[in-house]
Amino acid sequence: MSSPAMVADERKTRDGDDYILEVSNLKKHFPISSGIVFQRQVGAVRAVDGISFNVIRGETLGLVGESGCGKSTTGRTILQLYRPTEGSVKFEGQELSTMAGNDLRQMRRRMQIIFQDPFASLNPRMTVGSIVSEPLQIHKMYANKQERQQYVEQLMERVGLNPYFINRYPHEFSGGQRQRIGIARALALQPSFIVADEPISALDVSIQAQVVNLMEELQDELGLTYLFIAHDLSMVRHICDRVAVMYLGKIVELGPVDEVYDNPQHPYTQALLSAVPVPDPVVEDNRQRIIISGDLPNPANPPTGCNFNTRCPVVFDLCYQEPDPPLIEVRPDHYVSCHRVV
Amino acid sequence: MSTLLEVNDLVVRFYTQEGTVYAVNGVSFDLEEGETLGIVGESGSGKSVSCLALMGLIPSPPGKVESGTVVFEGRDLLTLKPDQMRLIRGKEIAMIFQDPMTSLNPVLTIGTQITESLKLHEGMNTTQSRKRAADLLDLVGIPDAYRRLDDYPHQFSGGMRQRVMIAMGLSCNPKLLIADEPTTALDVTIQAQIIELVKQLKDEFNMAMIWITHDLGVVAGIADRIQVMYGGRIMESGSSHEVFRDSRHPYTVGLLGSLPRLDSSGEEKLTQIEGSPPDMRNEPEGCPFAPRCDVREQLQLEKCWDERPPLETVPDASGAEAHIMSCWADIREGVAENV
Repeated sequence: MSSPAMVADERKTRDGDDYILEVSNLKKHFPISSGIVFQRQVGAVRAVDGISFNVIRGETLGLVGESGCGKSTTGRTILQLYRPTEGSVKFEGQELSTMAGNDLRQMRRRMQIIFQDPFASLNPRMTVGSIVSEPLQIHKMYANKQERQQYVEQLMERVGLNPYFINRYPHEFSGGQRQRIGIARALALQPSFIVADEPISALDVSIQAQVVNLMEELQDELGLTYLFIAHDLSMVRHICDRVAVMYLGKIVELGPVDEVYDNPQHPYTQALLSAVPVPDPVVEDNRQRIIISGDLPNPANPPTGCNFNTRCPVVFDLCYQEPDPPLIEVRPDHYVSCHRVV
Repeated sequence: MSTLLEVNDLVVRFYTQEGTVYAVNGVSFDLEEGETLGIVGESGSGKSVSCLALMGLIPSPPGKVESGTVVFEGRDLLTLKPDQMRLIRGKEIAMIFQDPMTSLNPVLTIGTQITESLKLHEGMNTTQSRKRAADLLDLVGIPDAYRRLDDYPHQFSGGMRQRVMIAMGLSCNPKLLIADEPTTALDVTIQAQIIELVKQLKDEFNMAMIWITHDLGVVAGIADRIQVMYGGRIMESGSSHEVFRDSRHPYTVGLLGSLPRLDSSGEEKLTQIEGSPPDMRNEPEGCPFAPRCDVREQLQLEKCWDERPPLETVPDASGAEAHIMSCWADIREGVAENV
């Protein structure tokens, strides 16, 4: 049996893919402190608890799971918006977790983020033009103001916003248009990697397809790599090449998206997929649902043994005794962490 | 089966400082006993407001039910006095809301909140009502129910709170349960639990149900009949098989096309509906969907801008079921199928 990090290394030597991002044994624990004058740490929320995966250049990797499973924390820790508690994040071969200051700022030009809530992630007092050009100012690109404005107008046009609105404020736009502003801001520095943190879940159904299609077009055109964080499993199947399923701070299953959706191996993935409703009454009438009971355990106090043992329909002795096994390759490129599968 | 509820030409407006919001613009539908109606629409389509109106829960001012009738078991609810309505609300018609955290009172124990309607409508005393409340919690799958009556809402998880809301809704055996996006705030595995629970309880209590949602997948699994709303109007309505398998209205067709499917690999591009939902502060003269409608554009129909298309029955495959929709194109040219 090999550790998750070693599994990742084996993959690299085997298929020789060009990895834009290599994450190994990444942990992010948030301290819980108590005391008013003398603060001391009484515990930790293990938001991300030892995950390893790689992202291939040009692909879209989906990160799915329920709320509280640590998927957003993973995205933010990769970008060093949170500093990792442990583990390594290598972006284009360079270690980010020990990098700081100007070096890190230079790296940020190549990796950007699109946030979930287009209402909260845009400063209401800034015009669209200044929101989109702020990254350019910080990184001192386009010293000439006129050139910068021209570039911003180009960007706005590219994401489907009328450049005529460059001096308008966010509240004058609808949700879908605001998300386009967020995308333009992320693209401004011409990054190669974008973390999309639930970019469509705050949008109306008829607007979601517009934004997803735009993201796909931009990927083809600019050769972008996405880490697509979402809880909408149908959309993940549509947009992603590979998918990682997270549960309570750990990856339980990872593989090519059609493979994982058609042959889910982990009992959590099976339950998760069977819970997603399909907009077709004929399919719905004939579906067998796996209903898992209970709620997500508290990540500050995870169960001993496998994390999923409190809700797992096929739990047995070993699951309570041994911590969850490392990711094992069950089919080509398809990794699962489960005592049943080993 | 007989008709339980008949809504006729309901019009609801909100008079705000920023102008009049035309929230519901002439909505008519009816509901049989024991039937489940799914109302689907995006935010601002008027789906929640039309149901709040029939419960008499439109805040006034700024809201006002301008016209229409809501006949429930032979009585027009809109003409009832507040104290008469209070006897129906919670007893005959109950409602569960989207966000179980804000719809439960955080400073009262859930026991107090469930027993309130039992004492009011059923005239039970404290001992009886607590026993009944514990039975209800047990029924909705809350373990150790009797002891948990004295817990506060924050001591429950999101899914458990929604179960408490359902227990409250069911407490007086209502004939009609209105569920306003009850699973939208929940994770999919919890959503599946709640949907299973509601399906099972609906049969047990023999209730009619209106399930409001924006998720076409959810209604596909539970509704007998589906009503698609847009811009405060009904676009299309029919049995769920009809609406999903043989959708006629350009909006329904577009909406279904824009959804990726879990059960097929998504190679092809999603079809997108251009533009954004209408600003409800302008009263739509014609069809509210006209500015975004590709069928209108193809056919260059001028009528769509000027005149509201009536809700008309369209012939369906079997001819037996009522499939209703509101569109000039299909009625005149029979083209929506070819889009």
